[in-house]
Amino acid sequence: MQSKKILDAKGLACPMPIVKTRKAIQELRVGEILEVHATDKGSKNDLAAWSKSGGHELVQDTEEDGILKFWIKKG
Amino acid sequence: MTTRAVTSKELTRKIFNKEDLFILDVRNENDFNDWKIEGEKINYFNIPYFELLDGVEGILDKLPLNQEILVVCAKEGSSVMIAEMLSEAGLTASFLQGGMKAWSEHLEPVKIGDLKGGGEIYQFVRIGKGCLSYMVISNGEAAIIDATRMADTYLDFAKNRDATVTHVFDTHLHADHISGGRKIADESNATYWLPPKDATEVTFEYAALEGGNVITIGNTAIDIYALYSPGHTIGSTSFVIDEQFLLSGDILFIDSIGRPDLAGLAEDWVGDLRESLYSRYKELSEELIVLPAHFMMMEELNDDGSVSEKLGELFAQNHGLNIEDEEEFRKMVTENLPPQPNAYQEIRETNMGKVSPDAERQREMEIGPNRCAVR
Repeated sequence: MQSKKILDAKGLACPMPIVKTRKAIQELRVGEILEVHATDKGSKNDLAAWSKSGGHELVQDTEEDGILKFWIKKG
Repeated sequence: MTTRAVTSKELTRKIFNKEDLFILDVRNENDFNDWKIEGEKINYFNIPYFELLDGVEGILDKLPLNQEILVVCAKEGSSVMIAEMLSEAGLTASFLQGGMKAWSEHLEPVKIGDLKGGGEIYQFVRIGKGCLSYMVISNGEAAIIDATRMADTYLDFAKNRDATVTHVFDTHLHADHISGGRKIADESNATYWLPPKDATEVTFEYAALEGGNVITIGNTAIDIYALYSPGHTIGSTSFVIDEQFLLSGDILFIDSIGRPDLAGLAEDWVGDLRESLYSRYKELSEELIVLPAHFMMMEELNDDGSVSEKLGELFAQNHGLNIEDEEEFRKMVTENLPPQPNAYQEIRETNMGKVSPDAERQREMEIGPNRCAVR
C-alpha cells in the first residue's frame, strides 16, 4: 500500500496519537493514505472509531513486536 | 479555572454515600456500554474525546452548570484534556485519576464485624469490577480469601495491623479475575489452599482444600470450616468462619446465583449447583451472614458499602433460591446466560500457572465487569 505520509506516534499516550493523526490527515488530499505507527494499545479502538466518525477509512492495521501500524485513507 | 484529580478512593466514598454525581465518559461508545462506573445516583453523558478536539461547545447543553463534572477515560490522559477544556468554558470539571484502569484496580476495605474469639473480618470491595475478597485477622495472624491481583494492598493492610498472613484461600479457580493468592502466599510464606478438583491442571504447589478441613487463625481459635459446594466450578468450596459468616464464593450472591458454564460444563454442573444451594446450604444456620465473592449491581451494597445478608433472608428473597421446579432451574442457569467475562479462558490459564502475562496484559484481561452470576 502506497502511503503518502508516515506519522510516528510511538511512545505517545492517549490522546496524543489521535490528536496528531487528526492534524496529519488534514494535510492530505482525499483518497491519500496516512500510515500511523503507535505503541499505545488503546489507539487501535480509538483510531477505528475516530476514522469512522470522521468519514475516513481504516484500510488495514497490523501489530508486530508491540508496534501497531495503521493505514488510514482520507475521506 | 483549574481542574482537579478525583481519586478512585474519593469516588468510591461518594458512591457509598449515594451522592449525586455527573460523569462525562469520553471513551468509545462500545467501551462505555460494556462497562462503566456504576452508582445509584449517577447521571452520565458519553461522547468519545476525539469528537471534542475542536471544542466542547457542542455538548455544553448536555452538561450541568451547577455541578462538578467528572470526566472519565481509559487511562486518564484524554480526561485531563477534556476537563481543562470544560474548565476554560466556565464549568466545574474534574478527572478520574488513572482512569478506568485505576478504577478497576481500586480495593476499598470495609469492616464486616468482630469475631467472637477476638479479631475482625474485613471485606475488600473491588467496586469497579464487582469482586469481593476477605481478610480475617486474629491475634497477629491473618487469612485472606479470594484475593485479587493487587497483592500489595492486602500485604500492607495486614502489616499495618501487625498481622502475619498465614493462610491464603481461593474458593475456586477464578475465571473473571487473576488471583493474587499465590503471590501473597509466596511473599508471606503462607499456605496457599485451592480445591483439588479445580486444581488438576495447575503448575504449582498448593495445599488441598477439601470439605471438612478446619483451619485455625490466631491462637484464639477462629475456625474456618470448609464446605464443599460445587456448581460454579466442580471444586467450589464455601467457608463458615467463626460460626458466624458464610463465605459463599461464586455459588450464592445477594441477588443472583453462580453460573455453571465458565469452565465449559454448564449441563454437567447444574445438578451440583442445585444440590449445593438447595440441600447443602439449607442445612446451615439461617443466622449466618452470607459474604459472596461478587456483586453485580450497586443496589446490592449496604449503606456502609459492604455486601452481605443473612442466609435466611436470601432463602426468602433471592430468586435463584426459590425455583421449585428442577427443569425450570436447569433452564435458568443454562439458557440466556449473560456474555462471558473478558478473556476468561486466558484468566483461568493464568490462575493455573500455565501462562504468565505481563502486568499490562493482566490489566487488559481484566477489563470489564465480572459476569459470574445468573439471575
